[in-house]
Amino acid sequence: MHIPDGFINIPTAAGSALLATAGVGYALKGAKAKLDEKAAPLIGLVAVFVFAGQMINSPVASGTSGHLLGGALAAVLVGPYAASIALTVVLVIQALLFADGGLTALGLNIFNMSVIGVWGGYGAFLLLRKAFRYTKSAVLIGSTVGAFISVPLAATSFSIQYAIGGEGTFASSTVFTAMFSTHILIGIGEAIITTLTVGAILKTRPDLVYGMAKVRK
Amino acid sequence: MNTKRLYIIGFAITLLIAGVFSFYASSSPDGLEKVAIDLGFIDTAKDSAVSGSALADYGVQGVENERLSVGIAGIVGVLATGLVMYVIVRLLGKSKN
Repeated sequence: MHIPDGFINIPTAAGSALLATAGVGYALKGAKAKLDEKAAPLIGLVAVFVFAGQMINSPVASGTSGHLLGGALAAVLVGPYAASIALTVVLVIQALLFADGGLTALGLNIFNMSVIGVWGGYGAFLLLRKAFRYTKSAVLIGSTVGAFISVPLAATSFSIQYAIGGEGTFASSTVFTAMFSTHILIGIGEAIITTLTVGAILKTRPDLVYGMAKVRK
Repeated sequence: MNTKRLYIIGFAITLLIAGVFSFYASSSPDGLEKVAIDLGFIDTAKDSAVSGSALADYGVQGVENERLSVGIAGIVGVLATGLVMYVIVRLLGKSKN
């Protein structure tokens, strides 16, 4: 999922970096407004957990592996604003310290995962939580579906970036079809890990979960 | 479960994943790499400017033992992520008050 340097041309990467900056700025503003001292350590824990989770590639199909994105997981646990910041920190550390994801591609990656992955996953979560009438189970179902959908959404975002500025001559539809179908599979793993993690915290300390707001006790 | 205990357990699990389990991660190409290989645009990838850094590709330069190398890299990554996140949250909290 981490785009290396060279896949996508510099103007498109720069454009994405601008969008990503706007997204992170919005997240900082929102996180500041919503910051609850009690939740602060959980934000840190979620960030490090996502970093660790992204290190674990699991086989998803023959010759393909996938790892956690963590956008929906983070959004349900600490809210979309803090989640967006946490994912961004993870991506910056990965690119700078571990050469995972290109430096010129950082804006593309932040846009796909910290903005699209987080907000797409959280949007689906909100819809499902509402559809299942704001119960604790609704929070869990929303987390599952939000996590599942966030991965193909981020893959779609890559396909759009590639269609605009890919350094290759492939039909946009070919890239999209391949990216989408592969990432549907990876989304299943995302849904499993997210459901287990959110489920464990809902069981022990539901009061700490951001997504439990508005849920009948 | 009290809050402190939850955080300690959560952090311990995180360190275990990054420091120990990471060694067992699949080395197959990820979704994007696989698509790039299959369609044939993997060659357009360029090395990152920091690809020669001491921790590049989740290994510590000079540490021969693979298990130790990825484990240390993982723990350094967790600590770095935690530190940056802590500073940001503190600054946000300060600017709020």
